[in-house]
Amino acid sequence: MKLIILNDYDQASEWAAKYIRNKILHFQPGPNKFFTLGLPTGSTPLGCYKKLIEYYKNGEISFEFVKTFNMDEYVGLPRNHPESYHSFMWNNFFKHIDIRAENAHILDGNAADLQAECNSFEEKIREAGGIELFVGGIGPDGHIAFNEPGSSLVSRTRVKTLAKDTIMANARFFDGDLSKVPTMALTVGVGTVMDAKEVMILITGAHKAFALYKAIEEGVNHMWTVSAFQQHPQTVFVCDEDATLELRVKTVKYFKGMMHVHNRLVETLPSQQK
Amino acid sequence: MPSNKSVSDAPIIQFTNCRILREHKLQREDLWVRDGKILDPEKLFFDEKGYADCRLDCGGAIVAPGFIDVQINGGYGVDFSQPCEDVSAGVSLVAKKILEHGVTSFCPTLVTSPPAVYHQVLPQVNIHNGGPDGAGVLGFHLEGPFISSEKRGAHPERFLRTFQSGGTDDLMETYGSLDNVAMVTLAPELPHSQSVVSTLRQKGVTVSLGHSVANLSQAEDAVRHGASFITHLFNAMLPFHHRDPGIVGLLTSDQIPAGRTVFYGMIADGIHTNPAALRIAHRAHPSGLVLVTDAIMAMGLPPGRHTLGQQVVQIQGLHAYVAGTKTLSGSIATMDMCVRHFKQAAGCSVEDALEAAALHPARLLGISHRKGSLQYGADADLVLLDDGLRVRTTYISGEEVWRAEL
Repeated sequence: MKLIILNDYDQASEWAAKYIRNKILHFQPGPNKFFTLGLPTGSTPLGCYKKLIEYYKNGEISFEFVKTFNMDEYVGLPRNHPESYHSFMWNNFFKHIDIRAENAHILDGNAADLQAECNSFEEKIREAGGIELFVGGIGPDGHIAFNEPGSSLVSRTRVKTLAKDTIMANARFFDGDLSKVPTMALTVGVGTVMDAKEVMILITGAHKAFALYKAIEEGVNHMWTVSAFQQHPQTVFVCDEDATLELRVKTVKYFKGMMHVHNRLVETLPSQQK
Repeated sequence: MPSNKSVSDAPIIQFTNCRILREHKLQREDLWVRDGKILDPEKLFFDEKGYADCRLDCGGAIVAPGFIDVQINGGYGVDFSQPCEDVSAGVSLVAKKILEHGVTSFCPTLVTSPPAVYHQVLPQVNIHNGGPDGAGVLGFHLEGPFISSEKRGAHPERFLRTFQSGGTDDLMETYGSLDNVAMVTLAPELPHSQSVVSTLRQKGVTVSLGHSVANLSQAEDAVRHGASFITHLFNAMLPFHHRDPGIVGLLTSDQIPAGRTVFYGMIADGIHTNPAALRIAHRAHPSGLVLVTDAIMAMGLPPGRHTLGQQVVQIQGLHAYVAGTKTLSGSIATMDMCVRHFKQAAGCSVEDALEAAALHPARLLGISHRKGSLQYGADADLVLLDDGLRVRTTYISGEEVWRAEL
């Protein structure tokens, strides 16, 4: 694991965006060689998306030969509802860049057969050659995507019933009306993300600090599903100072000491310098 | 490149680098157009896996719905009320010229005239969408002849009429046909006007109150029967009085049926209405304000003397006088001038000024699902403006129909 600690949310977002940018550029995607990227939703990755859009507008990067796979989507929410993850991705990312619609994959929460939709998603990932880099976030209860506490660490894409806490937390997006909040979601499994070549988890804010502690300083445990990535060969955790508040001083000092090495990963590539 | 859309092969235009008026706010968003209508790009992306065929850089301009003028009597030497063989040629000339003012739809207005004129003129101009040849015609606005003698203004007295019993018979006898009519202005104090108002409403014609000495109660009664507009507020009606506000009182009346709005036309040229009066009206009832030009045939003509039909008119700046006098002979401000003046005089936001010229008239005429806004599915009638609200380019159904010289 690489633990990347930046001072604040903006710096963490920028570091993560540069990392993704460099990964894509280094891969040199083309019409027969797509870079496959797994993507999250929520407030944490917003800064990272903004930066990626900036790099696209600067001409540093193109998403023409990038295929994306989102982690999750609500069940039963109309696709054009402002709170759907389709709307989120369109408004915060897709509409600002040059990605082709046929290369942007998001689970369809209104499919007639939900499990078939999940299986089909797994198949699409397989057909694309697997995911090069899966970007995700972490919930306050340590979940990745909608793999809430107790989810199998080898789970695949499936339908999940949302925890009461999650529904309550989401109510603020539905005018505070609990009856309007979706109760189920389609989500990639922990196993699905583990299959990716590389995993990057974005964690910012003090309210995520305990989850980060459980994920990297305690054991692999299905109650804190992000802990599964301790067993992935290539994981990067990108966080701000506040997210490290529950970690041991020793851990933080160790990884801060490595920043000069890790920062080389986000330097402007020679091919970019003119 | 193979066709990328499953719904239609028509080219998709993406207006970029602009601020669009949507949901009552100017937002930094792109505007997508296909088949002459505003397109939902999210639906295009997810449902059709589609993308734009061409991108238009708007240079940072404001993109607003095209303006709608519901009261314009002519311009550029053309008087719509002047009986002649080829009325449609005159309407077309004005329709083409007002594209320069950002007007994409209008109601050619006829002042009080004898029945023969209505019978001859009305069938000659059909309701039709605009295009490169000019702004669209939404239907005639018939201002008169069922108006008050006392408040007739410049309308010829001998052609004024009242409703005999029945009312509707007089209507059809006078106008001939209502097929091409969008709006009728009448005085509600005329006996038997209530049934006429109801009949016009049933036929889908907007009823406006004006050139009238009605008191508030008569005006409210007319609204209950279906009237929904006030023709050039303050002008040609009783002045506001604190014990009987008259027609002006409709702006704050509590007798308006639920779910209905009373709109009111304002000539915001700085001349026909004192800015303080404009502000009183706007603050009392902002969502009902509809900017109109009430332009006469001298609009668009250069300064100096002009002989127009029976009149000789002297144009000085924004004033048009009866030659040799200080009597105003009508308005000659253009719609974009009115928008700018209204914003400055009312101290309102850009969004409010733009909506008064497009969204509100569209709502008045019951066409706001396809005109007056940039919502998905609406007709792509657009006006691109700079920050000073000067017109740069005008589009009708997504096609450029006028561009300012740089």
